[in-house]
Amino acid sequence: MSTPEAGKKAPYRIPIGPVHPALKEPVLFTFEIEGEVVKKVDFAPGNTHRGVEWMGMRRNPVQIVHLTDRICGICGIVHSLSFAQAVEQIAGIEVPPRAEYIRTILHELERIQSHLLWAGVAAHELGFDSLFYLSWRVRERSMDLIEEITGNRVNYGIIQIGGVRRNITEDQYPKVLEGLKYYSDLFGKMADLFLNDVTIAMRCQGHGLLTEKDARELCAVGPTARASGVTMDVRHDHPYCAYGDLDVTPILPQKPHGDIYDRVIVRLLEIKQSIGIIESCIDQMPQGEVLWENKLPKVLATCKKAQGEAIGRVEAPRGECMHYVRMDGNEAPATWKVKASSYSNLMSWIPMLLGEQIADIPIIVASIDPCMSCTDRVTLIREGRADTLSGESLTRMSREKTRRLQK
Amino acid sequence: MAIPKAFSRSLWVFHLNTGSCNGCEIEIVAAITPRYDPERLGVKLVGSPRHADVLLMTGPVTHMMADKVRRVYAQVPDPKVVICIGTCGQSGGVFYESYNLDGPIDQVVPVDIYVPGCPPRPEAIIYGVVRAIELLEQREGSA
Repeated sequence: MSTPEAGKKAPYRIPIGPVHPALKEPVLFTFEIEGEVVKKVDFAPGNTHRGVEWMGMRRNPVQIVHLTDRICGICGIVHSLSFAQAVEQIAGIEVPPRAEYIRTILHELERIQSHLLWAGVAAHELGFDSLFYLSWRVRERSMDLIEEITGNRVNYGIIQIGGVRRNITEDQYPKVLEGLKYYSDLFGKMADLFLNDVTIAMRCQGHGLLTEKDARELCAVGPTARASGVTMDVRHDHPYCAYGDLDVTPILPQKPHGDIYDRVIVRLLEIKQSIGIIESCIDQMPQGEVLWENKLPKVLATCKKAQGEAIGRVEAPRGECMHYVRMDGNEAPATWKVKASSYSNLMSWIPMLLGEQIADIPIIVASIDPCMSCTDRVTLIREGRADTLSGESLTRMSREKTRRLQK
Repeated sequence: MAIPKAFSRSLWVFHLNTGSCNGCEIEIVAAITPRYDPERLGVKLVGSPRHADVLLMTGPVTHMMADKVRRVYAQVPDPKVVICIGTCGQSGGVFYESYNLDGPIDQVVPVDIYVPGCPPRPEAIIYGVVRAIELLEQREGSA
């Protein structure tokens, strides 16, 4: 803490959080600020610790699949899919090909909705609310498609050990294709709005830099790593589900700088890639069963007999997500470890935030997509006096910066 | 459903995550965006509990959040209405047996309206907020 004599520019500390209403992993940030510039960053996660793994080790795999849905409400399918993959490997359960395709379709639909959600949140953090509302309006279409296929908007509950619970019927194909056409028609407009907009370019280019070296050293994953020039994508490196039959290449910006703008580009192009993947899935969809076994007692008995360990890996919208499971012949797994994608990306906040201004904190924090909009309440402690900066004042500061830049 | 003085002033809502999975959060944000758009009726999410008429709470209240929940509740000016969104705030839901829960929410702060679902649909959330308007008017009338 600074003393009053040290003057205005002396470092002072800003704690942000932990009331972060929309963050997957609510975090208490502490920034050391000199003037307007961030000098030091620290963060302490742990507010939403619900002991999911502990609970999982007291339940059977069929029950855990529903628990994994609720690790994160946005990456609903990612966790249940990687957990199911791990258990299927241990128990030697063969997933029918049609189920693999349905899983892939849902996985990509989730990517579309998650990236659009992120695009809206990022626009909001820049103070560009009309774009936020547009992104969320078009996102509803993907929610409709997900609801059409799974019956739910969030927490789909469609994955089952050994396949999927619901089939996609022939009369649903046109609805899905129509939804995809809506997005491919819209893509040009969205790309134009995000990439040719002066405001977005001004606020994002050259800010929140993460070099390729830092990205590798801090083990960043997903769009955050790809925007920094790291060629990695689980769908390409270790194909799972139907990705082996499909043409998936990691999407990188043409000339990666590792700034926020590159992360926007990567996510936008991934929406386009996902549309293509779903189209080819529908095109190549094999016929047949969607479940290895309909009778749950038989699935449970197979899981109970299983012994061994396995890792399920998937490429979540935010990067690689991994579940490690060890079964030792009991009903519940002996060990279950979840590594979500945001977990790997959190450390990259530190190099991104150093040297940036307070007004850039919201967009940089949001740029790795730590699930949703960031700051809701900031307490500013300057010379022992506490002022409260609300999310609104941060948005205001963010807008003021945009205006300053426009002059 | 009679809402006599519903449009006399806008209803401002503060949303607090007490350790939820984010499912309810995105449905709350989906509920305020153009497809449902209650903002045209003046229902608006605000950034500070001190500005709010209604407190929307999600999540099963983890141990670390319990104190913050009480403090945020105390900051909302009277008369106020607390809405609990989602099953895990009502009973713990899938997290019922966790060692780290101080919840459900009604064991930490008083709750007026429950919106069940995991997560509830945006329509259900808006319905809960409409009931909150009615309750708020009753309370204002008696105050």
